[in-house]
Amino acid sequence: MDSTFGLTPQEWQAVALSLRVSLWATVVSLPFGVAVAYLLARRQFWGKQLLNGLVHLPLILPPVVTGYILLMGFGRRGPVGGFLDDCCGIVLAFRWTGAALAAAIMAFPLMVRAIRLAIEAVDPKLEQVAGTLGANGAWVFLTVTLPLILPGIVAGAILAFAKAMGEFGATITFVSNIPGQTQTLPSAIYSFLQVPGGEGAALRLVLIAVGIAMVALVVSEWVGRTIARRIAGI
Amino acid sequence: MSLSVTLHHRFPGFTLDVEFQAQTGVTALFGRSGSGKTSVINAVAGLLRPDRGRVTLDGQDLSNSKTGRWLPPHHRGLGYVFQDSRLFPHLSVRQNLTYGRWFSRHSDRISLDDVVSLLGIGDLLDRRPGALSGGEKQRVAIGRALLSRPRMLLMDEPLAALDDARKSEILPYLERLRDQTQIPILYVSHAMSEVARLATTLVIMQDGKVVQAGPLGQLMSDPETARHLGMQETGSVVEATVEGHDDDGLTRLASPLGHLLVPGMAAQPGQRLRLRIHAQDVMLSLSPPKDVSALNILAAKVLSVSRGAGPDVLVQLSVGQDHLLARITARSAASLQLGPDRAVYAIIKSVAVTRKA
Repeated sequence: MDSTFGLTPQEWQAVALSLRVSLWATVVSLPFGVAVAYLLARRQFWGKQLLNGLVHLPLILPPVVTGYILLMGFGRRGPVGGFLDDCCGIVLAFRWTGAALAAAIMAFPLMVRAIRLAIEAVDPKLEQVAGTLGANGAWVFLTVTLPLILPGIVAGAILAFAKAMGEFGATITFVSNIPGQTQTLPSAIYSFLQVPGGEGAALRLVLIAVGIAMVALVVSEWVGRTIARRIAGI
Repeated sequence: MSLSVTLHHRFPGFTLDVEFQAQTGVTALFGRSGSGKTSVINAVAGLLRPDRGRVTLDGQDLSNSKTGRWLPPHHRGLGYVFQDSRLFPHLSVRQNLTYGRWFSRHSDRISLDDVVSLLGIGDLLDRRPGALSGGEKQRVAIGRALLSRPRMLLMDEPLAALDDARKSEILPYLERLRDQTQIPILYVSHAMSEVARLATTLVIMQDGKVVQAGPLGQLMSDPETARHLGMQETGSVVEATVEGHDDDGLTRLASPLGHLLVPGMAAQPGQRLRLRIHAQDVMLSLSPPKDVSALNILAAKVLSVSRGAGPDVLVQLSVGQDHLLARITARSAASLQLGPDRAVYAIIKSVAVTRKA
């Protein structure tokens, strides 16, 4: 019972795993999030509505359904999962990496939404000026668009992190609830509530979840405000 | 330097059909709002792709619908100053100024120090755009365009968003820009006062078409031009040289019209000036007027009398080696029996000195 911060090893494992899963889910999906948000905000192309729908699907589908689809696709016998296993030995199902994938997919719509709003708020005239000053498309994005949407990216990342921390349905469906491997914070709380006498452990984890959420919120506020002040040109 | 533009583009409810050439100096695209000036400058910059047309700069096609050639804006090497300064809010003034440098492939024609002193923005370098006044922003925007080392500067109503005080703050910088750098400028404006002060070539647009184009002085003394400018704005533009100052505070000028006297000004003899003489400030007399308070009375010969829609007529006069326009009533023209070759005296009530050349 006596362990770090008064947590049992199992509880601590759940917290550490959740942090790791959420961090990876956020960091790895961020470049894709920016790219998709940019496409949706600034480009016209065939199938744009389809992409928009696909990105937002996890927001609307029951999480269990998303988890089941992931299991079908990315399970060892699924088309993508089988390919990844054969070619590179990467297995996602019932691993923490799978939990990260599930969390990333569930958090993706929120991330894209926040970044897309930020991109739409950038005056295209500024990008036009950069073009007349000699910058090609990639440079315009790197030197004008990207710095101006940084607050939106930070907001999107923290929103995605918070969502990943809380993700339960898709995760437990895709990678199950194996202590030390795929048992994230929400899964652990769920498990403790299933056994008699587990309320104490559940309460400790709940408090930690609340704490992490609060810290994330405060940090995002602070980072967002600092960047916004810098960008406002004051 | 020569820019040649031929454009045809159909907007919903509006058709642009334009052809003109621009040489060194300031070429002003003049016309009312909605006459298509901005679309023309955007097509030159590469921000608008016209249905048909060709834009050639110094023999190089920037776009040509026949060959399908289309240079994107960042390959055209043109500096664009917009009506709203569009400074990058996340960069300092210095970073804004040097932005175009990162991408410029041209040799060092103009340095940061040159631009800073030309535009008087030395004190602003470490400030952020959010902390600048409208006039300051616009000067920085001009400097930023200049420092991208453009082959030509495009300016779309760069003063339109500013109040009169800010305008007169920036106009001298634009004159210095024209006189001290060799960069040709395409200048869009609907303000005749700016055009008369800055332009060397005038292109007048109406409803998407060029209605008149030519050297400014020549066009401004053409009665045909008045139909597009309106009577209020009509008036000749004349280049003059300061001859000297008289003891009673007047300044003597030599111009192609003849000698002129204007209220004293701080200018060295030999200095070039640009004068604007509004047609409504010119009176006509058949005999040499005596006992008149006006100082500038010139012998003239009538070239033509043109009637407009109102009760006024425009009389084009040959004075010295130049032309002058006078606006008088049709009744006066009839009673003086004005017609071609009639000798008259032009009484100039006032001369506006619009700039130092």
